Amino acid sequence: MSQQETEHKSEWPLWEVFIRSKAGLDHKHVGSLHAADAQMAIENARDVYTRRMEGVSIWVVESKYLHTSDPDESASMYEPANDKIYRHPTFYNLPDELKHM
Amino acid sequence: MSVQKLKYILQIADNALIMGHRLSEWCGHGPILEQDIALTNIALDHLGQARSLYQYAAEQFNELPRAEQEKVFTSPALQAIIAGGQPIDEDDMAYLRDGWDFYNVLLVEQANKDWAYTAARSLYYDTFNYHFYTGLQNSNDETLAAIAEKSLKEVTYHMRWSSEWVIRLGDGTAESHKRMQEAASYLWQYTGELCTMVETDKAMYKAGTGVNLDELKTKWATAIGKVLDEATLAQPEEGWMQQGGKEGRHTEHLGYILAEMQYMQRTYPNMEW
Repeated sequence: MSQQETEHKSEWPLWEVFIRSKAGLDHKHVGSLHAADAQMAIENARDVYTRRMEGVSIWVVESKYLHTSDPDESASMYEPANDKIYRHPTFYNLPDELKHM
Repeated sequence: MSVQKLKYILQIADNALIMGHRLSEWCGHGPILEQDIALTNIALDHLGQARSLYQYAAEQFNELPRAEQEKVFTSPALQAIIAGGQPIDEDDMAYLRDGWDFYNVLLVEQANKDWAYTAARSLYYDTFNYHFYTGLQNSNDETLAAIAEKSLKEVTYHMRWSSEWVIRLGDGTAESHKRMQEAASYLWQYTGELCTMVETDKAMYKAGTGVNLDELKTKWATAIGKVLDEATLAQPEEGWMQQGGKEGRHTEHLGYILAEMQYMQRTYPNMEW
């Protein structure tokens, strides 16, 4: 049974909340909450997740629209990258003057 | 510094404290966790505003000549402190004044009842507060202007919260519409006082410190009309308007609020935790 079917009918849908902590940084997933619609979700997120100056921007997306990779397939999905060390750009000789790489 | 100005500051402060207290009663009882936190946040905003204003009021009070100090309040607990020659502080203002020395409008002391009543009361008050603080930013009193500027950001969000709930419930199901209409209509009788200028308001407006409430009345009514419209709610009928809060005459609710809010400080004076 899917999550939606098990969810009680009278309950508001679940939303995932992403907060950008300051300008220039990425939005990061911080948690989830219930809300009747997108606007309420943003306001609830403001009240629940930015009370202590955690953010300057909020994204919300209804949880049912998030698609995830299957944990049972993680072996074939991720392990092949383990021995491909040459994919890391660590084999270049950088001049000493170059600092922030 | 005049007694009028002190009373003016207390009007604003008492509105904030009593409104904040009422909203804080929802803490732990909200319909869902998210809204429980939303209301608690708003209650704390009001409490923060009340603190700034009480600090300023106490400061102003302590500068009054002794003879005048003795005449401002008639609450025995506060008078005892004044008679002892001690300066008073924000806590004394909040915890030691009796109901008749409170100057908040009757609207803010009305009961939470249900979500519709809470939202309607907030809509009426937040809309007033938004326009009031907007005006108060231009006060010739720098402290009041600064408090207004800081508070306005909070109040803008409060107004958004309450407007949205009134619209959501008014334009919701048949049941929510009925209950929202009932709340909006019942509380209407307490809205006339918001923009009625009592002696204190007139004196402070004339002095350049206060806000012209006559001017505010139209702005308030227009803004409320828009929200009610969008909420598909009928404009409540004009009728008898309750008043007296700004002059210390309150509904029975205030006594109960103060009893709960003040008993600890009165039972254990100067208690801290």
